[in-house]
Amino acid sequence: MIAVGIEGSANKVGVGIIFHPEDGSTPQVLANVRHTYVTPPGEGFLPKDTARHHRAWVVKLVKQALQDARVSVKDVDCICYTKGPGMGAPLQSCAIAARMLSLLWGKELVGVNHCVGHIEMGRAITGATNPVVLYVSGGNTQVIAYSSQRYRIFGETLDIAVGNCLDRFARTLHISNDPAPGYNIEQLAKKGKRLVDLPYTVKGMDISMSGVLAAIDALAVQYGLNGEWDEKDDSADSAQGEADDGKPTRADLCFSLQETVYSMLVEITERAMAHVGSKEVLIVGGVGCNERLQEMMGIMARDRGGTVHATDERYCIDNGIMIAQAGLMAYKTGFRTPLKDATCTQRFRTDEVLVKWRD
Amino acid sequence: MIEEYQPPPLPPPFHHHHQHRTQSPATTTTTTTTTPPPPILLTQGAEAHLYKTHYLNATTHPAALKIRPSKPYRHPVLDRRLTRQRILQEARCLAKLVREGVAVPALYAVDWEGQTVVVDAATGEERYGGAWLLMEWVEGDVVRVVVQAWERAMLARFAADDRSPSSRRRQADGGSGSGPGSEVQMEVDGHGDHSDHGDNGHVERKREEERMKDLLRRIGAAVGRLHAAGVIHGDLTTSNLILRPASSKKEGEGEGEVDLEGEVVLIDFGLASQSVQDEDRAVDLYVLERAFGSTHPRTEAFFAEVLDGYRASYRGAASVLKRLEEVRLRGRKKSMLG
Repeated sequence: MIAVGIEGSANKVGVGIIFHPEDGSTPQVLANVRHTYVTPPGEGFLPKDTARHHRAWVVKLVKQALQDARVSVKDVDCICYTKGPGMGAPLQSCAIAARMLSLLWGKELVGVNHCVGHIEMGRAITGATNPVVLYVSGGNTQVIAYSSQRYRIFGETLDIAVGNCLDRFARTLHISNDPAPGYNIEQLAKKGKRLVDLPYTVKGMDISMSGVLAAIDALAVQYGLNGEWDEKDDSADSAQGEADDGKPTRADLCFSLQETVYSMLVEITERAMAHVGSKEVLIVGGVGCNERLQEMMGIMARDRGGTVHATDERYCIDNGIMIAQAGLMAYKTGFRTPLKDATCTQRFRTDEVLVKWRD
Repeated sequence: MIEEYQPPPLPPPFHHHHQHRTQSPATTTTTTTTTPPPPILLTQGAEAHLYKTHYLNATTHPAALKIRPSKPYRHPVLDRRLTRQRILQEARCLAKLVREGVAVPALYAVDWEGQTVVVDAATGEERYGGAWLLMEWVEGDVVRVVVQAWERAMLARFAADDRSPSSRRRQADGGSGSGPGSEVQMEVDGHGDHSDHGDNGHVERKREEERMKDLLRRIGAAVGRLHAAGVIHGDLTTSNLILRPASSKKEGEGEGEVDLEGEVVLIDFGLASQSVQDEDRAVDLYVLERAFGSTHPRTEAFFAEVLDGYRASYRGAASVLKRLEEVRLRGRKKSMLG
């Protein structure tokens, strides 16, 4: 069976085509294309501009995906799209595209929960069977474990997502959004050495990130590191200022922010592992690409006698293939989204989905 | 495949093994007789390892040893700051609660630095032994185990007439023709004139439920005393409450029924903090409510008893419970429908 997946809940619009062989062997990725809406440094992406970007790109991407996959429309079994959660306007533009294709091609629709898409793709790629899942992205931060046909949320952020915290700090420092603010923070953090004191807010299996962001933003302002800076003048990033009055550099701030928030994430993941008695961790979502986070998680898991599964940017960062994967799994259990219900929603919790395809 | 878990080496003065075995034969006999048994690892939580050991005297003073090993994934500066902060927080809360007469394990000793270097016998690696707390050993089962045992016992005893109460309720409903179900059921219970419907079992069941409700009210009262003393637990679950059995068990009682008597002792203050804010207290209760619901779905309906016990336990409880209603409505990306 073949499914087309359309994703566009944030600033990426992606189309993927997945093939599930009839004999039940490993699913094959036939196509996975994506285009990212990149804003200038210091700016975030606004819903209406992002939606306009998605509308402009979605048809091109669908054509490209069909070409890459070398399949024709008649081979396709269903069209899967992101129902939520995410930003309203970008979600709508992709839902419209999905409905249009459904009517045009005469194929059935499957509305997919974005978070479940991430989890199912992560499981398919890494082969992790029943892991504790850390889902970290620009809009979501959740620790999830599967239990009786639901992906249950054991811990989550109480305010902003970890990716949002990183993105917004990147804006404060006017760090480039290309390819992604988080990636550029990670590169800068590699040059950082000094750890500045930041709030560390873990409440059981939940965390809070807004206080960390407020504190590091205030430090950036205090040391005059916010706003635009000269690319060529890297004195603000290098450690040469170490002697004078212990003033942190931009790199030190990125380093401290990463160390602090990733420690919080690893801590709640470890608590969830201890709670459910699992030895496997799967990291999904855009922030899951971060190598420092993967490294820290690896050390934690090793000390517990467990393992970490992570994927690369093709599958970590929002993509269409994960929507196709989760959608096709649901489709095979008989799940359909009738045209009149093929809407989208900004609020759609991971645990609302009945995971019929697992025992 | 079962791999035996190797806990990290213990910080001095604690040892996994008898340390003096390789000494000269002359001293061996004396050391082995005087060396106390090593601590026994009970659980490996996310943050700490819990051991059973003793304080001063191996036979008269059993003690709980909680070690917070350093976390190598964290930056060492951050690790030291967190470990120190948390173990001191825990020690201070315990000391305060003992002083206030709240039922918690007494604090015997604490090492908050945890910077003693120990050598891992298996790998030869050097690492920090970790900060530790030595506390009074509390006898008894955790409430989670007690409630689960009670749920099983209830299922075994009343499985046969599990359907009868609802059918009877329907009968009564039809008879009286008005009022919500619970009222009707109370009416049936109150009159008890349905002996031919096996009401003996029903009365029994009612009595058992009352015993559970009483335990839940005592849990609420224990949390109330904690809050009145100005401490927030931070991780209230039924695994962090021990039911310490009453010292003298009444003879004849407890035949085939789960013992629900005794004192509710609060344990594990690893996430505790000091606060008298309604908000913090309400969140504490909310954590317990959520944990109770997910751990004991069958008994969840009785959770209101915990709140009743809490309400009666100290002045100011009422405003906390009001705040709890607001806290319940929060949560990210919850459906806003209804």
